[in-house]
Formats: sequence, structure tokens, C-alpha cells
Amino acid sequence: MTRFALRGLLSRKLRTALTAIAIVLGVGMISGTFVLTDSISHAFDRIFTDARKGSDAVISGKSAFDTSSSDASLTPTFDESLLSKVRQQPGVAQAEGSVSTDSAHLIDKNGKVIQFGLGGAPNLGFSIANGKSPFNPLSLVDGTWPGPNQVVIDKETASKKHLETGQDIRVQVEGPVRTLRISGIVQFSSGLTIGGATIAGFDLPTAQRLFAKQGRLDEIAVAAKPTVSDAELVKQIRPILPADAQVRTAAQQVAKDASDTNSFIKFLRSFLLAFGGIALFVGAFVIANSLSITIAQRTRELATLRMLGASRRQVLRSIIIEALALGIMASVVGLFFGLLLAKGLFGLFDLIGFILPNTGLVFLSWTAVIVALLVGILVTLLASLRPAIRATRVPPIAAVREGATLPPARFARLRSVGAALMAVGGVAALAYGIFKHGLGTKQVLFWMGFGTLLMFIGVALFSSRLVRPLARVLGWPATKIGGAAGLLARDNSRRNPQRTASTASALMIGLTLVTLVATLASGVIASFSQAVNDLFTGDYAITAQNNFSPIPIDAADAAAKAPGVTVVGNVRTGEIHVFGKNAFATAVDPGMAQVINMKWQAGSQAVFSELGADGAFVDKDYAKKHNLRLGSRVAVTFPNGSTRQFVIKGVFDPPSGGTPFGPVTISAAAWDAQVPSPENLYSFVKTSGGTTAANQAALEKALKPFPNAKAQTRKKFISSQIGPFKQILNVLYVLLALSVIVSLFGIVNTLVLTVFERTREIGMLRAIGMTRRQVRRMIRHESIITSLIGASIGIALGLLLATLLIVRVDFLVFSFPTTQVLVFFVAAILVGILAAIFPARRAARLNPLEAIAYE
Amino acid sequence: MNQDGKAPVVVARDVTRRYGQGQTCVDALRGVSVDIESGRLTAVMGPSGSGKSTLMHILAGLDKPTAGSVEVAGQEITRLNDGDLTKLRREHIGFVFQFFNLLPMLTAEENITLPLTLAGEKGDDAWVKEVVGDVGLSDRLTHRPAELSGGQQQRVAIARALVSKPTVLFADEPTGNLDSTTGGEILQLIRESVDNRGQTTVMVTHDPRAASTADRILFLDDGLIVREMHGASSHEVITTMEEIGV
Repeated sequence: MTRFALRGLLSRKLRTALTAIAIVLGVGMISGTFVLTDSISHAFDRIFTDARKGSDAVISGKSAFDTSSSDASLTPTFDESLLSKVRQQPGVAQAEGSVSTDSAHLIDKNGKVIQFGLGGAPNLGFSIANGKSPFNPLSLVDGTWPGPNQVVIDKETASKKHLETGQDIRVQVEGPVRTLRISGIVQFSSGLTIGGATIAGFDLPTAQRLFAKQGRLDEIAVAAKPTVSDAELVKQIRPILPADAQVRTAAQQVAKDASDTNSFIKFLRSFLLAFGGIALFVGAFVIANSLSITIAQRTRELATLRMLGASRRQVLRSIIIEALALGIMASVVGLFFGLLLAKGLFGLFDLIGFILPNTGLVFLSWTAVIVALLVGILVTLLASLRPAIRATRVPPIAAVREGATLPPARFARLRSVGAALMAVGGVAALAYGIFKHGLGTKQVLFWMGFGTLLMFIGVALFSSRLVRPLARVLGWPATKIGGAAGLLARDNSRRNPQRTASTASALMIGLTLVTLVATLASGVIASFSQAVNDLFTGDYAITAQNNFSPIPIDAADAAAKAPGVTVVGNVRTGEIHVFGKNAFATAVDPGMAQVINMKWQAGSQAVFSELGADGAFVDKDYAKKHNLRLGSRVAVTFPNGSTRQFVIKGVFDPPSGGTPFGPVTISAAAWDAQVPSPENLYSFVKTSGGTTAANQAALEKALKPFPNAKAQTRKKFISSQIGPFKQILNVLYVLLALSVIVSLFGIVNTLVLTVFERTREIGMLRAIGMTRRQVRRMIRHESIITSLIGASIGIALGLLLATLLIVRVDFLVFSFPTTQVLVFFVAAILVGILAAIFPARRAARLNPLEAIAYE
Repeated sequence: MNQDGKAPVVVARDVTRRYGQGQTCVDALRGVSVDIESGRLTAVMGPSGSGKSTLMHILAGLDKPTAGSVEVAGQEITRLNDGDLTKLRREHIGFVFQFFNLLPMLTAEENITLPLTLAGEKGDDAWVKEVVGDVGLSDRLTHRPAELSGGQQQRVAIARALVSKPTVLFADEPTGNLDSTTGGEILQLIRESVDNRGQTTVMVTHDPRAASTADRILFLDDGLIVREMHGASSHEVITTMEEIGV
């Protein structure tokens, strides 16, 4: 039986290959994801390990609580006098203090901050007290280690920006721009590259001055004497530490350093795996459909087997073995295809400016190989189950009957009822996940995922009922454009509704998700634009070049002095600890009242100027959650460990698009008293005369010393805030395109099989005068009609899902994505045309005589 | 060639078969009783729609009668479940098809031994060799069906049917898809297996020449056996058919 099954696969090479593609792409995505994320993770591990090379223990500033981001502006520094005390410890062989930052901006010849990609990668800056110390992970490529007022930069930045040793470069960290001499070019001794980040190294005093950390240190790296263990070293150091410092072994420090990136990589992995899962799910439809058609066409062969004494079990086994072989083959190919996809994904991320380090795209873990293979094989097997069971129902008598067809399934009549119930049940489960209060994230995801899956399967099964009416409508253009061929195409698409429906269903899934994304995105953009338009009463917004990094307070101060500027309102942000949890807090200055117009549930615009040293305002939901009203007191703990009481002076009602403010907002003055190096996230500017060329020029002139800051009108501010979001959206579309491609191959496969099945009929049509062109047209129109059926059901489902989500989520408004929906319909037509090319050519090539003689 | 003394291996009693229900129903068989004797070649003749195919399907356990009983090798088969029917096919029934029904991906030899493989039997090499020799395929064993002529394909099919030593071999228009020379060769082969091995065979055919090779000819019309002949030339068969008015 095994031999029979395997030979069968081989004898149907084209069909097998076309079917396998459905799985290859999905498995490829899964293996590619692992390759990609393993490689990134490996690279980051090495970067963090390298950075602690030579250290046995690391002393760092101590936050009062664990901040979720490595926000350098928040982490407290400690006094540099600690260094000499550490050096006196008996176990210490060597110790070196350093300061560091994520925002050491190098400025290029055009006055622009050097940032690669979207600017998500840090602009690393740190002190190198002694180039030869074992703590220094860098080595010189050219020049010397930096002295006073000198800087070393990394090789990539130097070569991309044509910078050389001996040249001057402008650098800005905290405060004004400084001009420094490039004393050398460096790289990691291990040869690692660090993605889109830039590196600037200074001597310690220069770094302390640039970073506004005079007399302070961020870290001390300590090397132990040979006989002293890391644990012992830590034990010696701990008693001499001040309250604002802590010590960890190098291994602990590496783990801590890597925790942020690890959780990011974990997220990236799940995110990409989800798309692999979707592609596989679509692939399962394609496989189930291809196998069903193949089995229908092999009815006679299977019946003959039964006549020769094969039991049902043997028939079942032969189909399962076939599926298993197909699954193994496709999964192995997919595994290696993943290497290619990983490369593509890197390219994609690079393209949108999300530059990540990697250590070469190879399989780094067995998990990747095992998971990808197992999932691919299992999905193929599951998808083959239904066709395989149908195959066992082929009666032996079909071997002696001309044109034998499969008997109808036992519960054929109940099928559409069951399918409809399944679809409705799916939507219900989905709605439960979305609307039920008090579910955890995992439960919500489970109900939503399970509901969507059920809905897809239910709709796919039910949609054979929709094929006839839909094909009548969607096939109408074909009958007008395609003439007789178009008419035949429409009838052909309605001939076997179940087959047309399963083929279209694969495409439906992709289009549902694409429409969902488009509708949600449209909602996000609409509500954000609306919020900015409602709230923002100023004329300009000052942000970092990358639209989201903090900018020095000096920039806003300079802007305030520009001619024509009447008011500047600043927003600072950072993490605090309140009601036992970390939360993002914002801080504002009194000028805010004139640039942002809030809707107040309690209090008024005057709150901005009345906050003082102990006032705070909160948003409506936060107030409700913690039972806060005017006059309530809130204890806020800052990263430096001090806890202050704040009195609620206002409660605001945010629009659906959000506000620049976090749940808790205090005055800038109170904030600056607790945060070592405060920076602004946004500054909003009001001018006399509004947005004029003169005002724009005046602001630009004032901001000249702050190359990382830019002033934008409201309209530009909206579009640049949305920019990165749109990039992410494009990535989503590309990733979802994978599942659309899978369904495209599904259509190709169905058409090839259909043409094969209709060989005699096509020969007859040719014999009575149909031209090759007309044959091609007939196949093409059938393909387009199938695609359009999938697209229209998919788009409708996508809109339904999006509406459910939008009803639930406060910060979204429904905005119909008209352009996108039109684009999707056009795309569906293109998919139809593309899918038909090969099968249509095959059909047109049929020799009419041979086709009729075909038995 | 008188083998009347042998016991019947297939016994059908009052077999009726009705297709469809209500007003549109069709009676394909309207009460047929027949004994198929061991070691003889029985031909079933009749025009299209006479019920001859239906009769063979029911005798071979492929279809169930609406009423009546069928015994094969002493076993009542009309109420068997799928598993027992599979066993019946493995042990007692061989089948030769009009369109050969070879599996295209298997070689001639693999096709021939397929019933043994399916039954999980090792098969007797000498016996397989003998059957292959009898049908004259010794030099074609590694060929695929697509590489064989129609006659050769039908030889493979006959070998395949004989290899499991069935109690009864059913041949459904075995020459229907062959030219007359090749058809003649195939008929001779079937005749030889009856004569040399005593292979009980039931052959459904249109072809008077094919029927004339049989020991016994049953004529069906409109769902009933209307005439029976024991040994007849093709001329006699044609005359009989005309008499019946077919």
C-alpha cells in the first residue's frame, strides 16, 4: 500500500508539486521566523556578552523599581567617588567607571542627526576611560583612543557617512551641540555589527560633560583577582555601596541588559509565527481541496482497489501515507525555503528602517527544524483527513461504471445547516472574547483565535451555497466582456459549487485579514487625526527628527525665544510607580493651557497652570479605576526612589484618538526635581500670526543648534506621527500577502485539475469552433470569478470583524477604507488572472482530436 | 465437455433489483434465479438495459438486490457488511474489466500481484510465474500499463484476476474495448483457464462470438432470463438473439 501511495504521488508530479507549494510557503514562514529571530537573538546575546567582556561584576545606578525600558534619562547615577573605594577592595584587580546614553547624536555634514532606518535603534554614547582596559569591547580600526574633546565612531557609520579620522564632527547629547575631533574609528573586537545603531565613544570627562553627568557615573566595571569568585567579589563590594547603587555579577548584568531585547524578540517571533500559522491554515484549505478533487478524479482507481480486495482501512491508509509523504516533502522544502524567507524578512525590515543585527541566517536551534517540520506535516495530515475519509466511501462498483462520481456524504443535507451554525458559533466565540469583561489577555486571544478559526471553517463549508448567486452577480461582467467564453466561464464556476467554494475560501481568509487590518488602520488614523485636530490649538509641534525620541529641554527654551513665538507648552514623559504598578506619567508646563484644549470632566484649562509642586491631573478611566476625584491624594514613586504626594486637580475626558498625556500628569517643575536629565517628548508652539513662512523660518533658526529637533505644522505633525504606523501597516500587508499567494496556488491547482477533468469537453468545444484564445479566456474568467467570490466574502467578513473590534475598543472610530477595499478587489482580479495563466495555456494547447479520443 | 455433475458455486434465487422510488423507479431485475456451476464458462448476453450487468454486479457482491438471495461458495452475501465483503472479494472473486482498470503507477508485475499484496499474502512465486507465463507476459513484467497495448493490458488484468485463485471469475465485456483479433486472443485465454484449471467464469458480453466460446449462455431481456443455451456457435447465438427480438 505504501508503494502504491508513493508511486501515485510520483505519477502525479505536477499536481503533487502544486499542492505541496501550499505547505512549503507556510512552513517556510515558520522556519524563516525561527532563523531570523534566533539569529537576532544570538547577535544581541553576543553584543551584550561582548559589552561585559572582562568584567566579573558590574555596579550600576539603582532605580526604585524596575523600569520596563532602559530609559537612560530616568536611571539614577551615583557619585564617582565610589570608584576609588571599589578599587581598594581586596578582591578587586581592576575597576573602571563609565557613563553612557542612548541618545548621543552624531550630526552629518548637512546638519542632520545621523540615524539609520526609522531611528528605533539607539545612538549609543559612552565613555572609554582606558582603551586598553579589559573592559573595553571595542578595538581600533584606525586612529587612536579619544582624548579630551575627541570622539571615536563606529566603522559602519564612518563608512556610510564618509567620515574619517582627523575630521571634525558635531555631536549633541544633552545641551548644545559640540564640535569634536574624530580620533579614531572602532568596531566590536568580535567583529559583530549592531544593526541600525551608531556608536560614539569619548574619554570620561568629555562624556560626563556631554551627558550632563559631571562627577557622576552610570556604571563601574570590576575585574576580580584570579582567586576571587564573582560571587565573592559581589559580596565584598555590596557593603560599600551607597543607597543609589547596586552590584551584579557580569552574568546577571548580561541577563538584565538582554531582558528588554529578549522580550522584544519573543514578541517578534510570536508575531511572525502568527503569519506563518495563517499561511498554513490557508494551505490546509488548499490541500484539502486539491486532495478532494484528486480523489474524485481517482474514483475509478480507488474502486478498482476495493474490487481487488482492498479494505476501507487500506484505502484510508494509502491516502494518509500519500498526505504524509507530501507533508514531509513539502515541509523539508519549506524548511530550507525559510532561509530565503528570513533573508527577505530582513530585507523588508531594513526597507522600512527597522535595522536589526544578525549573525548570519542559518539554523541555530533544533526547535526551528522540529517545529517547522512537525507543524507542516501535521497540518497536511489534518487537511487530508476529510478527503481520505471520503475516499473510503468510494464503492467498489464505481470501478465498472462509466463517469462514476463519489456518493454524497451521509449528512449532505445537514451540511449547510451545520456549516452555518459553525460560522455563527465562531462569530459568537469571537464576540465573547472581545466583549466579555474581565478576561485575561491569553483568554481573549484564545477566544478570538478559536472563534475566527471556527468562523472561517464554517463560512468555507457554507459558502458552496453562496457560489451560485455570487457567481451570477460577479460573473456578469465576464459575460459582457468575454462573450461566449465568458458565459461558459460563469456556468463552469457554478457547476461544482463546492469546489469553487473551497477554492475561493482559501483566498477569502487572506482577504478577511487584510480587510480587517485596513479597516482598523483606517480607524486608528481617523481617530488620531480627529484627536489632534480637536485638541491642538497651537500652530507648531516640535519633535525629534524620528518623531518619538525625547529632545533636550534647551531646544524648547530656544524656540520660546524665537520672534513671533508667544507660548510654548512642553510634555515630558517617563515611568513612575503608582498604585503598586508602573505607569507612564507625563509632565507639563503652564504654557500647555494655550496650545492644547482639553475636555474636562472636573477642573478646567486653568489646571495646567495650577499644578504647582504637588498638583496632578488624571484621565477619566484612571480616575474611575482608582476612585479619584478632585482633592484625592496620590502617592507617586520616582525612579530615584523618592515618593511624593500629589493632589488631583483635574480629570479630563480624552477623545478616542488619545491625548499627549499619560494616565497621570504632574507639573514639569515637580518632574524635573526628581528626574536626573529631563527631556521633552513634544513641545507645542503658539505664534502670533499662525503658521506662516516667517514663523516657520524663525523656529527653524532657533532650533538650528538642536539638529535632532524639528518644528512641524499640525498637518505635518499628524502625517509624521502616522508615518511609522503606516510602515508597520505595510509590513502587515506584505506578511498577509504570503497567505494570498498560497491561495493563488490553490486556484492554479484547482484550475489545472479542472482542465484535466474537462479535457474531453474542451476538445469538443475546440472541435465545434472555439479558438485557443477563447479557451484561455474561458479559463481566465472562471479564475477571476472564483477570486472575486473569495474576495467579496472575505472583505465582508473582514469588515464584520473590524466592526466588532471597533465597537469594543474606545480609541478607534469606524472609517470605511474605501480605497483599500477597491484595491483589494483589483488585487483579487489580478490574482485570478495570474492563477489562470498556466492552466489556461495548458487547456489551449490541448489537441481537439486527442482530447476527444481521451478515455 | 460435460461437467453437469459439478456443484454450483454461485446460487441466486428470485433476485430483483429496483432502482429509484415511486413513479420513476426502474426494475432492472424482476426475479432471476440462476446456478453457476463450478469449472464452467457461463456467458450472460442481452441488449443494453436488459439487466445483465446488474445481475453480474449482484452475483459479485458489488450491488445488493432489492429482494432475493445470493450465495457464493456456500455463503449468503446479500447481507454482508463491508469488511466481510472485502474478505469475500479477496478469497472468492476475481474480476476482469472492459477498460482493464490497471493502476497506471504500478508495473505489470505489481499490478498482477496487487490482490495478494492487498490480502497481505506472500504469494507463491511459482504460481505467479505460471499465471504470468500462461498469459504470455513474461517479458513485459517491468512495463507500466501506458507502455502496453490494449491486448497486453487485458492479459495483465486476467493474470491479476487469476493470481488469487478465485472461486469465480467475473469478466465484464472483456473484449469490449479491443479489436477483434486481440479480442479473440483474450477469449482464448479465458477459455484455456477454464479448460486447464477448471476456473469457474462468468462473462457478460454483447459479442456473439465471445458468447460462443462459453459452455452455457444465459439470455437476459427486461430483467428476466429468457433463454438458456448450452454450447452454441456465434451464428446460433445471433439467431437466438433475433428470435428473442432483441
